[in-house]
Amino acid sequence: MLSEALQKRFDEVIGRYPLKRSAIVPLLLFAQDEIGYITDEAIQEIARRVEVRPIEVIEDIGYYSMLHRRPIGKYNFQVCTNVSCQLRGAEGILTHCSKRLGIGHKQTTPDGLFSLEEVECIGACCGAPAMQVNYDFYENLTPERVDRLIAELKKDGGSPLGTGDSARS
Amino acid sequence: MSDYQNPMKGSPLEVKVISGRFHLPNSTSIDIYLAHDGYKALEKAFQMGPEAVINEVKNSQLRGRGGAGFNTGLKWSFVPKQSDKPKYVACNADESEPATCKDRPLMEYDPHQLIEGNIIAGYAIGSHQGYIFIRGEYRYLMEIVDRAIAEAYARGYLGKNIQGSGFDFDLCTHTGAGAYECGEETALLNSLEGLRGYPRVKPPFPAVVGVYGCPTVVNNVETLCCVSHIVLKGADWFAGLGTPKNGGTRLFCLSGHINRPGVYELPMGFPLRRLIEEVGGGVLGGRKLKAVIPGGSSCPVLTADEIDVPMDFDSLAKIGSMLGSGGVVMIDDETCMVKVAQRIMKFYAHESCGWCIPCREGTAWLKSLLDRLHGGEGLPGDPDTALDVSYNMLGKTLCPLGDAAAMPTISIVNRFRREFDEHVKLGECPFERTAVAV
Repeated sequence: MLSEALQKRFDEVIGRYPLKRSAIVPLLLFAQDEIGYITDEAIQEIARRVEVRPIEVIEDIGYYSMLHRRPIGKYNFQVCTNVSCQLRGAEGILTHCSKRLGIGHKQTTPDGLFSLEEVECIGACCGAPAMQVNYDFYENLTPERVDRLIAELKKDGGSPLGTGDSARS
Repeated sequence: MSDYQNPMKGSPLEVKVISGRFHLPNSTSIDIYLAHDGYKALEKAFQMGPEAVINEVKNSQLRGRGGAGFNTGLKWSFVPKQSDKPKYVACNADESEPATCKDRPLMEYDPHQLIEGNIIAGYAIGSHQGYIFIRGEYRYLMEIVDRAIAEAYARGYLGKNIQGSGFDFDLCTHTGAGAYECGEETALLNSLEGLRGYPRVKPPFPAVVGVYGCPTVVNNVETLCCVSHIVLKGADWFAGLGTPKNGGTRLFCLSGHINRPGVYELPMGFPLRRLIEEVGGGVLGGRKLKAVIPGGSSCPVLTADEIDVPMDFDSLAKIGSMLGSGGVVMIDDETCMVKVAQRIMKFYAHESCGWCIPCREGTAWLKSLLDRLHGGEGLPGDPDTALDVSYNMLGKTLCPLGDAAAMPTISIVNRFRREFDEHVKLGECPFERTAVAV
């Protein structure tokens, strides 16, 4: 069952558009935020609410790279290796993350804590090399900063190194 | 305290118009915004009337900051005055062009400036609903913009009868979920309709048939952020900041091998050489400059000999490149240009939506060709084949992604041909150092 808060958010988001199906992508992402991935149930529920067939929702999932159909780690490391980051050593950062976490591209640690993904430009070019962990940005990365981040995520579930809510306030 | 650094590094050479409020404490709050000329342009626009606002923006020589560089006021004037259908404003905050990170600070530090720009655009074209399409990765920015929108509603700057003007305008954010292609305006409209972000055939242009089949203006974040300043201080003032036909300032994102990477606001037409040497503090580690990507990865690269150019749309077009989205990447002489071309193509191959065959096939073939070349298994004909494939993509796709993949490839092969031939001859990459962490 989708939580009450999520159901409420669905109503609010759908109400923004003259055409209900406009809400498909936002709803998928918000459902994924809560559940961790996009479940069959979420697909059925979203299709029902925006009045399309489930296949039309699935069609969108296949297109948008942030949406996934399988559970991933609690902390998803998305390392940018695009040109601005590459010039500042992104490949080394990706390799370091892979070594430290013991996983490769689009893999998850057995304890379900971490996932790793090589991603395209995240818009942190002036803080290269950079990555996102879930929605938070971590910039000017070095192997040492990556190590500190991993340790802090394990210990506190957050890190003041990034743009997270705790860091911004 | 956060370790996260403000990308606005600051330079005495900056001319701060749209970044003018970034330094204020609590700059995202509506009170701070109101205390610093906020929503005054909206008031003035209501007195001027829609037609006069469009003319003012047209005369200001404001050109689309997403990269295409089309005159914004002219774009607005294409929206039919009389329409049985509702009209829409779609703000493009899907910033995804590699090397571009300027819309981030605009939303992070001054969301009301963007909101005011949206409302004025809506008033000018007669629209009562706007959507700010924000890339999914920018969730924290969406939260900042959402909070600002709620404040604007609470103070009567959004909603019904804004400030007693009789004009209604609703505005909300819309999250993407990871797709570069959605930054293309017609793909953005499809995505906003809940479809895959495939491009549409133009014409009809969005100004006539946009989202939900209705007239729609699609403008970049930075473009809309300029609008309140134009209305408040006048078209002549704005036009005078830049070069002929290139009004205003530009947020330049300096990245790559540069001593002071950051986002800087400078007058349109600022010389590239001074941008690198004086604003950015020169090439990283005192090394020699080899190449510059002047406006995001879609742009043809320039060699170190081509940097005596004013950074405006027309001057860069004249030398065969583009001002693009303002992402300026410096590349030093220890970098392998085959590898740069390979990485850029990996991006376009990944992001090609697959709708148009020349782009879908071309990017995939170019990627495998460049992989092979850089990996030392290139054939003597490969550099020419890369050019041939690229030229066969140019102008043959519905949206500019095909061109965006072909143009940098053509420029890199042509300008750095020797490096490609050397890879073939040696059977390996001649650059030992390819991406050393700094």
